[in-house]
This record gives sequence, C-alpha cells and structure tokens, in this order.
Amino acid sequence: MSGISRRRFLAASLAGCAATTLAGPKKALAAGSFKGYPDGMGVLVDLTRCIGCRSCEAACNKEQNLPAPDRPFDDKSVFDETFHGGKQKRRPDENAYTVVNRYNPDDSDRPLYRKVQCNHCNEPACLSSCFVNAYTKTKEGAVVYNSKVCVGCRNCMVACPFNIPGYSYSSAFDPVVKKCIFCHETRLKNGLPPACVDVCPQEALTFGKRKDLIKIGHQRIQTHPGRYLDHLYGEKELGGTSWMYLSPVAFDEVGFDPNPGNEPIINNVKDFLGTVPMVLAIWPAMFTGFHLLAKKKEHDEHNHDVEKQHDEEGGDQ
Amino acid sequence: MSAKQILITLMMVLAFFAASSLLLAAEMPEQVSLDSMVALFDGVEFDHAMHTDLGEDCSACHHHTTGTGTIDERCVRCHADSDEVATVGCRECHLANPFSAENINKEALDRYQFHIDTPGLKAAYHWNCVGCHEEMDGPTECQDCHARTPEGDDFYHHDAKDLSAAGKSGH
Repeated sequence: MSGISRRRFLAASLAGCAATTLAGPKKALAAGSFKGYPDGMGVLVDLTRCIGCRSCEAACNKEQNLPAPDRPFDDKSVFDETFHGGKQKRRPDENAYTVVNRYNPDDSDRPLYRKVQCNHCNEPACLSSCFVNAYTKTKEGAVVYNSKVCVGCRNCMVACPFNIPGYSYSSAFDPVVKKCIFCHETRLKNGLPPACVDVCPQEALTFGKRKDLIKIGHQRIQTHPGRYLDHLYGEKELGGTSWMYLSPVAFDEVGFDPNPGNEPIINNVKDFLGTVPMVLAIWPAMFTGFHLLAKKKEHDEHNHDVEKQHDEEGGDQ
Repeated sequence: MSAKQILITLMMVLAFFAASSLLLAAEMPEQVSLDSMVALFDGVEFDHAMHTDLGEDCSACHHHTTGTGTIDERCVRCHADSDEVATVGCRECHLANPFSAENINKEALDRYQFHIDTPGLKAAYHWNCVGCHEEMDGPTECQDCHARTPEGDDFYHHDAKDLSAAGKSGH
C-alpha cells in the first residue's frame, strides 16, 4: 500500500492528540492571565475632582481632528440629553471619542460628573472578538485599531463590556469602527499624556504608569477617609483596565456596571476557542486516516478478490 | 545686669521684631500675576493683599512652607515645626508639566517618598481658589477669574450652532 500505514497513522494521531491536549489548556490559561505590559501607562479618574467643564471633550475633538460639534463645548445643556426613553445618557460615537455625563446620586450633595471613553483593557474584548485582527494592545497601554483592515462587522461593539466603540454610520462607502485610542499616535507613544489629561483644569485625570496609579489611588483612599468608596474601579475589573476610577459613591450611581466580574471577557470563550485548533488540527488528519484505512480495506479486499479469482482461474487451468 | 543693659536688650529685641515684620511685609506681595500658563484663558491678577486680609492662616494656601505652622492633620505629623522655605510660590513645588516623562519616571523611582501624588500647577491653583470660593461664596465660573482668549474661543467652538437640533433622531 502506498502512503500512510495503519501503524504510522495511529501513532501520528495519538501524538497529535497528546500535543493538542497538553498545549491547549496552557495556551488558554496564558490568554486569560495577562496582567498588562509592565510599563503600560494609564489614567486615574477621580470623580470627586471633576467639575463637568467638558474641556476634555474639546481637547479630544481638536487632537483627533473630529468634526465641529453641534453646540459649543462649554454648553452644559448637553447634560440633560437622554436617549432610549431617558435610560441612556450620552455615549461616545464617531464624532466624539469621549463624553462627560452628569449624575445626581442620592449619596452626594452635589452633582457628579463622569467622563466616558475607552478604558483600554489589559485584555480587550474588542481585540478578542475581531477576526481580522484590527486591534492591538500596545506596550504603552493603548488599545488601538487599524481601520484599513476593519471590515465593519461590529463584533467589537457587541463584545465591549463598556459599550465604547462607535461606528461611522454616516459613511456610506467605508464605514469603520471609531473609538478613543489614548492619543497613541500623536502623544502616548512619544511619552506625552493624552490631550484630555493635559487640558483638565482640576487634574481629575492623573496620567502615569498603571502600576503607580494603583498605588496613588489606594493612597488617596487612605489619606482622605470618607471621601472615597474603598474601591479602585478598573484595578481588577475584567482583568484590569488602563483607565481606573475613584468615586465618592457606589459605582452604579454614576453609570458604571457595578460588578462586571474580574475575569477578562476572553475567559468566557477561551474553553470553547481552545478546542478550535484541536478540531482544525486533529480532525482532518483523523478523518483522512479513516478514509485511507477504509480505502485500504477496500483495496485489500479488491486485491484479495482479484488474487482469489486469479488463483481460481489458475486452478482451473 | 544693669538697667542700661536691659534697655539695650529690649531695644534690640524690639528692633528685631520691627525689622522682621517689615521684612515680611516687604516679602509678601500685594499682587501676584498668575500668568505662567496662559493659553486658552488669560492669566489671573491675584490680589494677594485682599486675600491675606480675609484673616486666613498662611497655611490655608501655603501648607507648611511659610514657617507659620500647619493645621491640616495629615501634614502636621511631619510638618508641625517645618521652617520657612526660601520661596513660597506655588510653582516651586507644583510643576507646570506634572505628566512629563521625566517626572513620571522620577516619582516611580522614589519608592520611599510619601508625596507621590503632588498635583500640577494648574490643579493646585484651581483647587486652592475654587475650593475656597465655593465655601466662601466667591466667584466660581471660569471667566469670573480669567477671560477666555481667542484661542480658547476656537477651542471650545464658541460659535457652534445646533443645526441638527430640529431633526434629532435620538440615537
């Protein structure tokens, strides 16, 4: 018989199985335990400091060359805008990569403001969900994307636990996903803070190495008893985010998902995804083997029959 | 000690106090121009004399740097008896560019430093002024203290018109 022998086929498929089962879980575990690049940058957002001046929105607009706004950036009436029957406050879109919203929590005697933008997860769900690999988590900490390869499938918009990526619905011919990139191209990779941080008059946004910001955040909680909730949002949530938050009130009162869990989104699917390479690698080999074996049997039987016939013919002579 | 000696000592003490208070008055500015960061807004001509007349302790703004003691319980632990420092201007400690790569790396290296979270100059001004103005019912709107520059007008798109308001779909 030409090609694969039965013994070699069995040996090879066993080895393949072993390799996949051994390598599979290890790889999957690694995917869910990335703690971020050691010198990755971040921003600590302190809700007690924000006065809702919207200067960050204006700075973002200028830095990212976004279209002119409908209303001036110092117009506070936008805080009254709601959508979906009053349930939804403003969210970032193709024309604004960051927005500030106002909240009036019961536990606070003054309104609180929360800036919304991409939180630049350590293990971004948008990145995991993108099948053309448009997204990259850079060593500086930014989650950036290559709009040249984006096919506009909007998987990332569904995957993002913070509802961040916007979509250029206005573009008929080349609609792509749009979101905050931490000013990576113009600032971050050159060692500069993003434009929103630079302009903030209150230093509600503190820029630094993520690992230092965690220390600073906990120090603020400790040195100002009663000012903050004892929780640094984003330190652990969803595997950790580069942007983290301090709040004087419960996080659900200022528009956060109070308990998104500490597991990165990819952990929800990694067990399933871990089996995909196995299926792709083993099944073709296995079924080719089965096919060849079946063929061989057929072939052998055929040969046998021919030989038998031949013998019989010979015997007749 | 003779009466003459006592008199001389007394005079010297008096002279010292007079001189030091004169010195203090000379050093303490009537007016301070806070204009090192003018960009979107003009600088502020800060009426220092008017604010010192409000009777607040120097440390209310200057922490422990004026050598007059400090009342903040977080600072007292280390700075109860701190001496007056050479220059007490905000910008001596609060950096105009707190997030420069140089400063971020320096703070990270200094692991034993308590002050790892010193605000930049812009925040120091705003916290000090606005925080107090809120308590004392002083002016708190941006342009109450510093007028916006033409550059600032452009930055905030002051001439933006809501053209889409009529046909707003509501997301």
